Amino acid sequence: MIRYLRRLREAQLLGMNQRNADYIMRCNPRRNYPLVDDKLITKRRADAAGIHVPSLYGVIEIERQIRRLPQMLEGIDDFVVKPAHGSGGNGILVITGSRHGKYRRGNGLLMDLDEVGHHISNILSGMHSLGGQPDQAMIEQRVIFDPLFDRVSYQGVPDIRTIVYHGVPVMAMVRLPTRMSDGKANLHQGAVGVGLDMGTGRTTTAVWKNTLIDTHPDTGEPITGLGIPDWNRLVELASRCHELADLGYLGVDLVLDREHGPLVLELNARPGLSIQLANRESLLKRLRRVDALETLPDNPAERAALGRALFASANPPRLQTA
Amino acid sequence: MKNLHLKLLALLLCTLGIAGTWYKAEVIGLPLQPDAEAQVWTVEARINFRAEGGPSQLHFIIPSVPPGFDVLGEDFVSGGYGLARDSDANNRFALWTARRASGEQSLYYRIQLTESGEERRVVSGPQPPFPEVPDYPEPYRSAAMTLLEEVRQESADIASFTRRLLLRYNAESPDEGMKVLREVAQSDLEHTENIIHILAGARIPARPVMVLPLRDRMRRGSLESFLEVYNGTEWVPFNPRTGQRGYGDDLLVWQRGDGELLETSGTSQHQVEFSAARTVREMISIAEQRAAQQGSLLIDFSLLSLPVQTQNMYRILLMVPIGALVMVFMRNVIGVSTFGTFMPILIALAFRETQLLWGIFLFTGIVAAGLAIRFYLENLKLLLVPRLASVLVVVVILLALISILSHKLGLDRGLSVALFPMVILAMTIERMSLVWEEHGPPEAIRQGLGSLAVAIIGYMVMFQERLEHLIFYFPELLLVVLAITLLMGRYTGYRLTELWRFRQLLRTQEGDRS
Repeated sequence: MIRYLRRLREAQLLGMNQRNADYIMRCNPRRNYPLVDDKLITKRRADAAGIHVPSLYGVIEIERQIRRLPQMLEGIDDFVVKPAHGSGGNGILVITGSRHGKYRRGNGLLMDLDEVGHHISNILSGMHSLGGQPDQAMIEQRVIFDPLFDRVSYQGVPDIRTIVYHGVPVMAMVRLPTRMSDGKANLHQGAVGVGLDMGTGRTTTAVWKNTLIDTHPDTGEPITGLGIPDWNRLVELASRCHELADLGYLGVDLVLDREHGPLVLELNARPGLSIQLANRESLLKRLRRVDALETLPDNPAERAALGRALFASANPPRLQTA
Repeated sequence: MKNLHLKLLALLLCTLGIAGTWYKAEVIGLPLQPDAEAQVWTVEARINFRAEGGPSQLHFIIPSVPPGFDVLGEDFVSGGYGLARDSDANNRFALWTARRASGEQSLYYRIQLTESGEERRVVSGPQPPFPEVPDYPEPYRSAAMTLLEEVRQESADIASFTRRLLLRYNAESPDEGMKVLREVAQSDLEHTENIIHILAGARIPARPVMVLPLRDRMRRGSLESFLEVYNGTEWVPFNPRTGQRGYGDDLLVWQRGDGELLETSGTSQHQVEFSAARTVREMISIAEQRAAQQGSLLIDFSLLSLPVQTQNMYRILLMVPIGALVMVFMRNVIGVSTFGTFMPILIALAFRETQLLWGIFLFTGIVAAGLAIRFYLENLKLLLVPRLASVLVVVVILLALISILSHKLGLDRGLSVALFPMVILAMTIERMSLVWEEHGPPEAIRQGLGSLAVAIIGYMVMFQERLEHLIFYFPELLLVVLAITLLMGRYTGYRLTELWRFRQLLRTQEGDRS
């Protein structure tokens, strides 16, 4: 046990207590939390800063507005319902199509309008929000994913999580939904975490339920060596999000849209630690390397380049040829 | 810098807490153990006399600060006599007076004592004048001078001088000189005074002391004489019959110096009888009584001054911080996940009333039943707050049903189910069902078991008799708890569960290295 603990310290993995005390409390001023915890504010600020986000179809703030749902959804076939203050991907409802007043969910199940309304009502009463506060429901554009991850994800939303430390992207991973995670891209709900080489944007190692894997548990396809298109632009986008919220230790969640390229889904003031497992790398070492730098560039593009240069793998994985 | 501030604060809190505890334990004598008991001596002096009809007055010496004892209280039974208390250089005394009294009279003086563990081998006091060498008659003079000279050869200081002298004086086969010295005295007190007389030949200040040997259920006890010699800084007591130094156990010093124990006027046939009894009492009540005698504010303004009902409430309330400490430890050092931050502590408090096994049984029963009903309610698509309220109603009904059922079955433990915090139960059920739906049953059961485990550990830590006693009588210790909690607030090391979480990574790194 003691030996294990010593090895953990030698590996310099970032632990939960240290993350909270040394990074979140030090770098993230509490007053800026609402900027990321409220996805509506994030979305508006991102829009204003010219950062691409999925477009917003409408917001439901009070119970009564649920009655106007049919009007709101008129002419829209597919959409996503989200709590504005949701956490951990909870309370997200993905509708991929509608027919005869029935809505088809991301997992293939059908739902009628009443059930969608009930889901929204649960969101409003704060069922999915942090601390159970009353909430708002956002209805926004459904992202059509880039086919890149089609073969290694089971339904749901594969997204790319980047840790941005003082504006410098330090570590990134792809989160692939599985049957077990019910389409959610949350590692502790059973999604696959795949490390990304910061230099090339290629997938490296993967972890699922705390075990290291090479192939997707549902599809059996190899995971290593997938190249994310437009990687440099994506890293820069993540870096630009630093300005949106002024949080020193920030998690940026992006998705790759087939047409619009990388879109910012949400920001996270308390990004988790599993990214270390996916990358098989210590986050703490990288954070300390950034701390050791005397000055950080103001320009997001330069910061992105810095992050790519600092944390590029010496021998990136070979690109999969399919 | 920030850490230094925190450490100083924690140090300050710890010092305050421990100092307060030390003071109460050492000075006031509050026991650190529950159920600690101590002996209490009740000593009574009864003065019988005959009043002659006119004004009468009795001057009776009473103990002042007996070495080795703490006075818990004293009282007088004076009949129709007026009572005054006063003291002179050596002794305290009671002065009973009556204008007119006749016939057989009895007065009582009663004192309660407990052993204090103080020094019994020396007694402090002001420096007395050195006596002049008495003008001894012959042959007493030459015998005394020879004895003093021989004893001086054999001793190093006043204490050892006195001891040697006493041993010689009490030798089983006294020599001729000693016979001369001893024959002037008959009674116990006369021998002591004789020794003082001889000591004066070496210019050693000495005084007689009257002590009462305490024996349980003693009646008609009487005083014995002791000897105190001044060694230049303190008085050193000796038993003049054995030469043993110091007052032994159960010796109560009643009177110092010459002078009659009882001086009277207007009375006759007086006689003093001593009796004593030993009882065992709780240390706590002794300490309270002693603190009241000393006028200690710390006890007067403590929880002990509250009404008993409130005290009992605080007995439990004061344990909550300990539970919180356990909680902090379990979450930040072990890394157990629970429903709600402090829910397990409240459950642990309920366990106190229900007992552990019943508590676990009832808790799991109610949560399971509540969950089942919560899943049924899910079908009805209710709004959040009404749904929570419905679960609460169901929980209350369940509690009532369990109470009635268990009462009918004769299981009275089941009645205590009403003490479970029902709002907390309802919230737990709601939270558990959400986790069940969103993260799957294994996660919900894991967190449920985590909460239960923390509640059980919290219960076992919080409700140890010893700890409960310590915290209630020494609430300063909560400052120490606060200090530990503050320090834990800056703990940035790993949680135990992170060993498990990162084990794969460690294993691969191990592989890389080899």
